Amino acid sequence: MISYIIRRLLYAIPILLGVNIITFALFFLVNTPDDMARMQLGAKRVTAEAITKWKQERGYDKPLLYNAGAAGPAKLTHTIFFEKSLRMFVFDFGRADDGRDIAREIRLRMGPSLAVAVPAFFVGLLVYITFALGFAFFRATYIDFWGVVICVAAMSISSMFYIIGGQYLIGKLWHLVPISGFSGGLDALRFIALPAAIGVIGSFGASTRLYRTFFLEEISKDYVRTARAKGLAETTVLFRHVLKNAMIPILTGVVVAIPFLFIGGLITESFFGIPGLGSYTIDAINSQDFAVVRSMVFIGSLLYIAGLLLTDISYTLVDPRVRLS
Amino acid sequence: MIAFQAVVLWTDWLVYLLVLVVGATTVYVRGREHLRAPWRRVAQSVSGMIGLVVLLVFVAAGLIDSLHFRPRLAMSDPNAKGAYAVEVLSVLDLVLEPLRTRREKTYSAPLATHLYAKETIELPDGGQAREYPRLKYGGAQLKDPERDWAGDIARTALGGVALGAVVWLLLGLPAVMVAARGSGAPFSQAWTRLWRGQTEVPWRAILSTLLVFCVLGGATVALAAQYHVLGTDKVGQDVLYQALKSIRTALVIGTLTTLVMLPFAIALGIAAGYFGGWVDDAIQYAYTTLNSIPGVLLIAAAVLMMQVYIDGHPELFPTAAQRADLRLLFLCIILGVTSWTGLCRLLRGEALKLKELEYIQAAHAFGVRHHRIITRHILPNVMYIVLITVVMEFSGLVLAEAVLSYVGVGVDPSMNSFGTMINNARLEMARDPMVWWSLAAAFVFMVTLVLAANLFADSVRDAFDPRVRMISPLTAKTRRREGVASRET
Repeated sequence: MISYIIRRLLYAIPILLGVNIITFALFFLVNTPDDMARMQLGAKRVTAEAITKWKQERGYDKPLLYNAGAAGPAKLTHTIFFEKSLRMFVFDFGRADDGRDIAREIRLRMGPSLAVAVPAFFVGLLVYITFALGFAFFRATYIDFWGVVICVAAMSISSMFYIIGGQYLIGKLWHLVPISGFSGGLDALRFIALPAAIGVIGSFGASTRLYRTFFLEEISKDYVRTARAKGLAETTVLFRHVLKNAMIPILTGVVVAIPFLFIGGLITESFFGIPGLGSYTIDAINSQDFAVVRSMVFIGSLLYIAGLLLTDISYTLVDPRVRLS
Repeated sequence: MIAFQAVVLWTDWLVYLLVLVVGATTVYVRGREHLRAPWRRVAQSVSGMIGLVVLLVFVAAGLIDSLHFRPRLAMSDPNAKGAYAVEVLSVLDLVLEPLRTRREKTYSAPLATHLYAKETIELPDGGQAREYPRLKYGGAQLKDPERDWAGDIARTALGGVALGAVVWLLLGLPAVMVAARGSGAPFSQAWTRLWRGQTEVPWRAILSTLLVFCVLGGATVALAAQYHVLGTDKVGQDVLYQALKSIRTALVIGTLTTLVMLPFAIALGIAAGYFGGWVDDAIQYAYTTLNSIPGVLLIAAAVLMMQVYIDGHPELFPTAAQRADLRLLFLCIILGVTSWTGLCRLLRGEALKLKELEYIQAAHAFGVRHHRIITRHILPNVMYIVLITVVMEFSGLVLAEAVLSYVGVGVDPSMNSFGTMINNARLEMARDPMVWWSLAAAFVFMVTLVLAANLFADSVRDAFDPRVRMISPLTAKTRRREGVASRET
């Protein structure tokens, strides 16, 4: 098991390197730092000095891949690729355009993101599985039929409408919770409730319908027929046999998502003004802060790889047949 | 006759190509019974056919919006070499000419006769008053809006409904004839079957959907001649016009993205599964790496870079429409890059399974070349996965466009799209009284389109995927009916 995890972690290195090369190519090869400087500084008639100064401030004035002017190992290390891309492996993200340390910002913003995403995640999982199991229990009846109809309708609505509708109804019309914002401590509950609830409702349709398929697939298997033939009650069959076995496909989709709780819902956070990583990313995109976007791409892929590893490990926990080797 | 210069944008070419591909596939499938069978099952699904009808209406709007041209500028000397307008229009713009050109000053509510904001107006006696000014175009024919407004709206709408019903009768009758002839039964019997919903293809549902469209469309057309049916936005543009123009953007994103990524996904997926070894390793590495970058972030990074490039090379784009179009195409490509990995993995798995089967082993033994085995034996057997993925992906992409436009990395802000509509309308929610119609229009159009796409995609999946046939309650019902029918015969 441990050797498997270590091997998987080593396997992650070439992937992260690949991610780094892609982002490097996107940010520095498609457009030269000069282009970016010109775009950032705005005006068409920007002076050469201003560009040089802009590049110097951000450390973009070095050669891209190979510094012929330097001596020894500095030939490779005094380059943009090394300083801006490879340094990310030790979580050195440099500074954002407003001069703040990106790594520190990320640490600070992780809390609010998690505060919204974790409750939404667990409540959501509970709600979706409950409804899906319910639909499976009432399969081929009108309850099931209309349940699926509602799910399909719900998944046809853009998540933004759920957010806007929720904010309008609960925040503006009923004044139950503040429309947006965030604060620490217990007071945070008031700010978390609505975004978390909308997070749950937003993916209700797609998730419930998917889990329902998993349950029905499981129900049609032979061991379930055997269980019924033994004379077990339908509820026992569903809860003891079907639920447990359907957890395997459910886990596949769910565990991958766990690391992304850190980033939170990009859109949700930005709509509700929650100072988390999601709104940080959106703000960076809007202000065209390339350093932050680059860092978030790296963090995102790191989390994705962690999610894949978690999925594989969780398989061994729920399914004794799976052996990692 | 208007003089014009045809403009074919990049996405237009691809749209034409797509129409060609769909047409060719239809002709190809028609002649082959084994390919027609699953499509016949799609045609029997009630929800699927309703979805298809709705989709076709949207597609029609999108297609006539894909014929672009630049009108000739009016010149004093008709013989002079004409200059063409910088503005690129489409045939849909011609149809909607009144909607496009009748701009108000700012917000006005749906069907309103007055602006939504008070303004200082010079009274005839020299004084000033703050009141809601009349609209320039909306309900301008009314002498006394307070008295005549409701009656006029009702009259116009009723006329429109009647017109729609007449159109539906003219359209519906041929459909009934087709249904009647198809079963070879006498007309009256066929009519009864249709009325009771007993036809094989759910004609009754199709006709009902068409009736809803004709009635709503008729009323809208009649009202749109005098009013702004869905109101106007901040700069006074008709919201209905924006919503109709947004359809093409949504369709282009939903279809071209998959069209762009399809060749890569198919070629790489099959190659990885079929050849195995280092090819498999390399392709798996490529898609794991791409997959591990969160989609939104990769798109954001790519679009930001694209924007820098466009800003740096303004000489490459003669018109604003061309610039917006290139950005749309680029968005499709980058969305494709982030979304091909799923299909690629599915195809790899399927090819891995297929190559072990006996008929392919036999082909090997006969010395058939690799590319021939792939094109003759593997490709046709994985096409159902491709088809299901394409239709299932459509609605997700339409929804993704809205989110991306909100984040600011979607289509060009000057281009009409549901995302830009939502984005612009978002801040209007805070106004008091609220400006709700832009949002409502985007909501209704988007939900209709996505829901129709979802219904159609589900019926396609049910018909083509051998695994899910028993799971959907909707097909369970049709199966029961089929079972009854087979017992009767």
